[in-house]
Amino acid sequence: MAEGATILRIENVTKQFGKLRAVNGVSLDIVDGEFFTIVGPSGSGKTTLLRMLAGLEKPSAGDVFLRGNRVNDVPANKRPTCMVFQSLALFNHRTVGQNIEFSLKMRGVSRAARRERCVELMDVVRLPQDYYAKGVTKCSGGERQRVALARALASDPDIMFFDEPLSAIDYQLRKFLEVELKDLHRETGKTFVYITHSLEEAMVMSDRIGIMQSGRLIQIGSPDEIYTQPLNKFVSEFMGEVNTLPVQAGTDGKFDCPDLGTQLVGPSPSTSANGSQTGYLVIRPESMRFLNDPSEADNHIKGSLFNEYAMGSRVQYHVRAGSQMLVVEKLREMAFRGSVNDDVIIGWDVKDSVLVSD
Amino acid sequence: MASTLDASPPPLPQPGPLRSFGLWLRQPGFLSASPVLLFFLIGFVGPLVIVLGFSFLPERTFGFHGDWTVENYTRILSDSYYISFLWSFGLATATVVCCLLISYPVSYGLARVFGRWAAPVMLILVIPLFVSENVRLFGWYLVLLKGGGILAGSVKWLFDLDTGTLLYSNGSTLMGMIYVYLPYTLFPTTLGLSLVPRDQMDAASDLGANRWQIFREVELPIAMPGILIGSLLTFVLAVGAISEAKMLGGANIVVVAHAILHEFTYAQNWPLGSAISMFAIAITGILVIFIMRRLDLDRLLGRK
Repeated sequence: MAEGATILRIENVTKQFGKLRAVNGVSLDIVDGEFFTIVGPSGSGKTTLLRMLAGLEKPSAGDVFLRGNRVNDVPANKRPTCMVFQSLALFNHRTVGQNIEFSLKMRGVSRAARRERCVELMDVVRLPQDYYAKGVTKCSGGERQRVALARALASDPDIMFFDEPLSAIDYQLRKFLEVELKDLHRETGKTFVYITHSLEEAMVMSDRIGIMQSGRLIQIGSPDEIYTQPLNKFVSEFMGEVNTLPVQAGTDGKFDCPDLGTQLVGPSPSTSANGSQTGYLVIRPESMRFLNDPSEADNHIKGSLFNEYAMGSRVQYHVRAGSQMLVVEKLREMAFRGSVNDDVIIGWDVKDSVLVSD
Repeated sequence: MASTLDASPPPLPQPGPLRSFGLWLRQPGFLSASPVLLFFLIGFVGPLVIVLGFSFLPERTFGFHGDWTVENYTRILSDSYYISFLWSFGLATATVVCCLLISYPVSYGLARVFGRWAAPVMLILVIPLFVSENVRLFGWYLVLLKGGGILAGSVKWLFDLDTGTLLYSNGSTLMGMIYVYLPYTLFPTTLGLSLVPRDQMDAASDLGANRWQIFREVELPIAMPGILIGSLLTFVLAVGAISEAKMLGGANIVVVAHAILHEFTYAQNWPLGSAISMFAIAITGILVIFIMRRLDLDRLLGRK
């Protein structure tokens, strides 16, 4: 879905707050109709970036182009974009209907036409029609999400921005709303720009993902690319629990791993991000295996089973090896039968490991 | 499972009316409020009842004897006393309007713009309140005094100009009232405005509202309880104002409080003074109840 015309382009955008550079020279092209997610930890500048795209903040430097027109000085109320806020920012002194119709009222749409559009939108976001006159403070968390969504959709914006709207919602409802949001994206065909601190959430919904770290956009790619080829240690660790082993390029193409006191076989250094002499070998917990015999995998490590954790469909094992605690994950039905403090051999294949820089 | 949850509990036996009143009296809320309640009954309601009683007694009565009459109330309307009411309520309304016009921008600054300078600005606004109202008004009197006043004297000394004086005019009465009562509008308004969430204003802007629409649709409705409380306080206090008209207005006009004072002291007509008092209380009370019904205190205090 990444083909098509660029709808939103930012060039070298920087935002300075006093001494703090919240966003630092970010350039990005967002394609018409895609679901683009910006992921980063809190304080990485992703909200500031989004606010600049929405027109709620002016860039200190750089340009924002909407369909080729420079919109740096166009305020939020004059842009064909709409935002769903982290706090939702619903008008608590108004009813569900008044909230959804707000943008239409501001544009001077007649009462009857507003009502008609509102009814239509409440269907789209699956809100019961009798909520029309209900106060928004009387709605549940999930219902408030839907009101915020319908309110942002009301003026039929070209681009929808989402500022972590699901972060304050419990896990089950969040999973449900993620799927609904992706379906809504498909149904409306609009461009969605979403920010979150959860790469997992980004993976579920996005066509493309951009990773932000300290004000910079450090990697852009499809969820698959980000997952299989993380740019650096930061990106790989952001994916959730991974094994990161500090290594140095050693003799005969192998890597020295001082933490484990052994040599490891890894992908050739030329395939790493910058071919430096030191780096990290990243292995996902689900790529790790328990071995009966060291020859069963390209790499093997002896360790002792520290503990095991049941995680529903999967079981996670922590294995102490050298000064490292390695994580192995198995499907429940393929669980390893062992007890705490057992000596174990774990291993992985070269194809399942990635070499990344710091 | 659901069926057991849906079953309604058996109805509780209803206590008789006398017993339920007894239960109500024994509530912890009532018990703990009773000392204050008693204090208010003796110190506040009691005297009011006495004043109410006096207002129905014939002219120049000093004890509870004589025939009940409503003559005092008819005199308020037939004699010129109603003019005092017009002045007091007119001046109070003007004070509220002016105070709101001045407060809103200042409140906006205190709540949004001044940032860490808000506290010092607030302090500057509060410090004069430590000085008694009469002393502060006397200060204005000295400033405005004709010829030798601080204002006129300074102008004379600096520019050798003879100026008139603003003193003893209705304008200076109003100015004095605005000066004295401004904090009562300002602080509740500031509280009200600080309750307007930043992101709701952002959202309104994002949804296409211009500055004026944000003010009308978001800012004003959310800040309204604070603005109403401020206006109410100012109005009630301003209706009872007396010093401004006497000191700065030179008693050009007789405000209600002045009229009451006059009847109780100089004219020695307690019943008429009582009737004017009750009349003022009634009008103000109706206004207060009317406004309070529109007000959601819980929301103002952030409980909702």
